[in-house]
Amino acid sequence: MLTTLLAARLPAVSGARVGAVMGRNVASLRSGPSYWIVLVSGFFEPLLYLLSIGVGVGALIGELRLEDGRVLSYAVFVAPAMLAVSAMTGVLAETTFNFFFKMKYSKTFEAILATPVGPLEVALGELSWAVVRGSFYTAVFIGVMVAMDLVSLGWALAAFPATVLVGFAFGAVGMALSTLMRGWQDFDLLNTGQFALFLFSGTFAPVQAYPLGVEILIQLTPLYHAVELVRGLALGSPGPGLLLNTAYLVAMALAGLLFAARRVERLLCA
Amino acid sequence: MPTPLSASPAAEPLIRARGLVKRFGDFTAVDGIDVEVAPGEAFGFLGPNGAGKSSTMRMIGCVSSPTAGELSILGMDPVRDGARIRARLGVCPQQDNLDVDLTVRENLTTYARYFGLSRREARRRADELLEFVQLADRADSKVEPLSGGMKRRLTIARAMVNEPDLVLLDEPTTGLDPQARHLLWERLFRLKQRGATLVLTTHYMDEAEQLCDRLVVMDGGRIAAEGSPRSLIETYSSPEVVEARFGDAEPAEYAEKLAGIGDRVEALPDRVLVYAADGDAAVAAIHARGLAPSTTLVRRSSLEDVFLHLTGRTLVD
Repeated sequence: MLTTLLAARLPAVSGARVGAVMGRNVASLRSGPSYWIVLVSGFFEPLLYLLSIGVGVGALIGELRLEDGRVLSYAVFVAPAMLAVSAMTGVLAETTFNFFFKMKYSKTFEAILATPVGPLEVALGELSWAVVRGSFYTAVFIGVMVAMDLVSLGWALAAFPATVLVGFAFGAVGMALSTLMRGWQDFDLLNTGQFALFLFSGTFAPVQAYPLGVEILIQLTPLYHAVELVRGLALGSPGPGLLLNTAYLVAMALAGLLFAARRVERLLCA
Repeated sequence: MPTPLSASPAAEPLIRARGLVKRFGDFTAVDGIDVEVAPGEAFGFLGPNGAGKSSTMRMIGCVSSPTAGELSILGMDPVRDGARIRARLGVCPQQDNLDVDLTVRENLTTYARYFGLSRREARRRADELLEFVQLADRADSKVEPLSGGMKRRLTIARAMVNEPDLVLLDEPTTGLDPQARHLLWERLFRLKQRGATLVLTTHYMDEAEQLCDRLVVMDGGRIAAEGSPRSLIETYSSPEVVEARFGDAEPAEYAEKLAGIGDRVEALPDRVLVYAADGDAAVAAIHARGLAPSTTLVRRSSLEDVFLHLTGRTLVD
């Protein structure tokens, strides 16, 4: 019922055309060194946090007792959260700054929309490319975690698809927000929001450490669900709660994508 | 036995608009125009900035929906079949939107992929088109260092990459130097010879005269006149025009003194135009009245004169 409703309302999406939009980004990636700098810098941020806080501060904290009674080293607790953050930031770099530039300044989407490619295909192509790019970060990050013995290889492989979902969810919402941006100054707001999520989403301390009101508030925000999902898998303790986290992220991805496509159509096909 | 023309599907107009309207809020950009473009034709929308040319082009290009009226492109409905129509269009927008992250060749190959062409076919067409627009030696260059004329030619090559049935050119030579314009006109003329249907907007009279079989003059969102360049000139102007300047004197004063010479006299801020069948005879008549213009120029009448006659304004301010 829901699927027929969606199919009736959504324009047809062609895989080849979505692929062509992704292909443009691949071609531009090959074209210059400046892009690689952005690409590499996006990877190091979460890694530096892992080393400084997870390992550095972790040495002071020592071990952490979780609510379910398990005791683990602080670095093991923090690492999956940094993996989730890495999945978020890698994708956001592409769907915020780069997307905004292509939409507003370089007229890239205007050129594309004169072809059979439609707004939803542009949005989906950009998002998919962003997730591919972000997944390079997370794959390398997972490699580092395995090498540092912060996660077992099996559970690391289980966590990887979760990071892909995290990428789709945050990428889609970032893209939707980018279509609302008036200028570069609005990105400061986005950065502040992103940083607040980064600090409080159960990343560095279990959310139960906060007062109940704050805890509930955090549980409504997106990065919390990303951290819960990725950590649940990375620590090898998947519970039924992960289904809720997954549903939250899937809803985010769909809503963000459709909203972004709608906005692109309104802005560029007036 | 040859098929009668009327039965051939090719005789169907590629574009058919009836009472086409485009509004943006309270502003009416296109105010009920009727247009038909036949296959193989080079059709022009001529008019000043703000006449509604680009809004019309965007509706024909299926990136903007009509507010009211009927529009059929290649026999299809642009709202319902937008993607199918766009697959057969080549679009050269007013402002270059080439991909500055890509090389010249990649601009074409990447674009070809949006039309679902294979990599191999994309590459083949890109090389062929770069040859056609004389950019083969710049294939691996980035876009930025290219001159304005080269960028324009690349944009036109990009518009050809899907071998379109209909090519839309929105002010193809605006901002180019004369040499670049002539090269571009020559390429567009060759495109037309190959059988492409061209629809272009321009605010240059010489461009419309060079390229268009038929055109409409637009002003304030409406069509002021329609016809071939020649027939428009014949209908709305006289064969020749005398441009007379009278030093520092106010042209309007002299316009009165020239009344009765030729078919019509028009005063512009800096000169007086005398429309006449015989320009030299008109110059003689001016001197016969004892008037001594500082300069006189006899020229053939152009679309510029048509526009001036229709709207009372010059086209390019």
